[in-house]
Amino acid sequence: MIPRSLLIGVAVLLAVVVTMGVYLHHMRRQAGELASPAASALPVPPPATGPTETVTLYVADDGAGILRPRSTQIPLPGGRQQRAEELLRALLRIYQQPGSAHPLAAASDIRSIYLVDPGAAVIDLNAAFADQHRSGILSEQLTVNSLVETLAANVPGIQRVNILVEGKRRDTLAGHADLTDTFDVATIMQAENQ
Amino acid sequence: MPFITTNKTMAVLSAIVVLLSATLFADEKHLSVYSPVAIYTVPVIDRAGREYIGLLELLEPLGRVSSESQGARWGLRYNALNAEFVAGRTRAKIHGRDFDLPAPFLVENARGLIPLNSLNEVLPRFIGTAVNFHESARRLFIGGVGTQVSFQLDTNEPPHLNLNFSAPVNPSISTEPGRLRMVFKRDPIVSPGSQSISFDNKVITQASYSENNGDAELDIAANEPLMASFSNTRKTIIVAPVQRATAPNGSAATSGNGEQNPSLMPPPANAAPTPRRTLVVVDPAHGGDERGAALTDAIPEKNVTLGFARLLRHELELRNFAVILLRDGDTTLTLDQRANAANVAQGGIYVSLHAVSQGTGAGVYAALLPVEGPSNGPFHTWNAAQAPVLAVSKIVSAAIVSEMQKREFPARASSASLRPLNNVLMPAVAVELAPGDNGAADLISANYQQRAASAIADGLASVRDRLGVQQ
Repeated sequence: MIPRSLLIGVAVLLAVVVTMGVYLHHMRRQAGELASPAASALPVPPPATGPTETVTLYVADDGAGILRPRSTQIPLPGGRQQRAEELLRALLRIYQQPGSAHPLAAASDIRSIYLVDPGAAVIDLNAAFADQHRSGILSEQLTVNSLVETLAANVPGIQRVNILVEGKRRDTLAGHADLTDTFDVATIMQAENQ
Repeated sequence: MPFITTNKTMAVLSAIVVLLSATLFADEKHLSVYSPVAIYTVPVIDRAGREYIGLLELLEPLGRVSSESQGARWGLRYNALNAEFVAGRTRAKIHGRDFDLPAPFLVENARGLIPLNSLNEVLPRFIGTAVNFHESARRLFIGGVGTQVSFQLDTNEPPHLNLNFSAPVNPSISTEPGRLRMVFKRDPIVSPGSQSISFDNKVITQASYSENNGDAELDIAANEPLMASFSNTRKTIIVAPVQRATAPNGSAATSGNGEQNPSLMPPPANAAPTPRRTLVVVDPAHGGDERGAALTDAIPEKNVTLGFARLLRHELELRNFAVILLRDGDTTLTLDQRANAANVAQGGIYVSLHAVSQGTGAGVYAALLPVEGPSNGPFHTWNAAQAPVLAVSKIVSAAIVSEMQKREFPARASSASLRPLNNVLMPAVAVELAPGDNGAADLISANYQQRAASAIADGLASVRDRLGVQQ
């Protein structure tokens, strides 16, 4: 004969297990719903606030194989880092328009820009930027030059630039442009002007 | 300096030795293949009294190909078609159908070898188009490719013989008393009908055509020393006696229509050979697992760069350059291995070849060097090894662009942060071939590649004195 107290104890434990199982299932569903918007490949443009300023963007033209300076007015935040990020996002928006002379994937985005040292900047691209970039020496180099020159022209004092993808060092942008080294702004500008 | 395993280093050194050997023994038996996609040569080897050829090497430039060896069985996949062979057996299965080879199939070092005299039967089963195989001369024509030649003798003083070709040609020309000899190693010249044509002229008496070991040859017999000059964008060769070819004022020979011929023959390749030759290290970018850009759905960049490199090698050899290809097959090489192999070879110039489906013409690039850090005197970091010779690289780049523009080939010199240009100790450039008027189809057109290769070779020849030389 099994004692009554033992039966009640086992029944309570079973009820707790079932309740915990239901609760766990509910929590997993909730977590999945929360995660799905973040997993979207499309970048979410940050709110650009601040006074509108005239800036010079260096826009790549694949056909001519050059960068074309373009003056435009965009709202820029006060912080140096946020300002740099907003500048490059404005540049990306040009490349993501239909019929762009240097098309970039719609999912391409700047994750962050770090102004780590006097004169040094690190541009962190998202994975889609590199993974969906067109492969070719000219196309990749124009992208690098465009980012570097736009940054240097509008954020005073930047002399050297590193480019990361998803926070990590990557060998090339899309099979050609070497991203393992530090780009010298003066050298790139000199090469562009030749 | 990046670490490379002993095995990899040995593999690279072995590849260099093989390539150097191939250069030294250029007169070995080979098969010349002429197709709309590529013009190339494949070595022919003798086994058991028969001539054999590597099936993989034969098909590689024509499409996507891979092989698998398992015991005596050797499988091949060409595009979407499968074939199976068994070492030592004549029975094979191609695309599900049995086929009998005229001699046993051989497997050596995982290479599948088929008898040379089976090509007329085997190849159409893979590529789905008829081939014309000149077996005794080891010349294989695919898909109706062929350059016709006709002769036109002008007996007016000075007499001269016009050889009119249906496409531009680039023969190697040599002269000896009473004879001018043109050897076409890369041009798909076909027989003019008669093997020998006699002329009713006291000076130029006969023209004869022959084929041997993958080459076509035209011999012009005469009673006086002859010289040749190109005209009509290399579609016409004018043969005339030497002393009559030069006008009294010393100007160049003229063609039948009075057009000036700027390029007097024989070309540099056949001028008195110089004892010192500049070594050009040609690097077809990508390869093996690394396919490069997808130029079309079916054509990876690695295939185009290899075919282009083989054409460039020929053009350079015609101009008396020694040439090494860093890869002459579908092999994987890291960027450091490429740089090491080039530096070990101690060439006069390094040329990296790329292809792209966007844009037009070609881009020619010198290295865009990174920030080097504190000065170490005469020593440079691995990623700035190019620094001491960068100025020469830019001169070479400009020379190539200049030659391309002379041929109305859109080209632009620029700088790119492209490895391994910055790791190479010698002058180094990269050429990225883009399509012409016909879109991506140009990238696999032998004629289009030939134009670009010829311009690169002329560009290098024009700055030869600025490059290092190899004894």
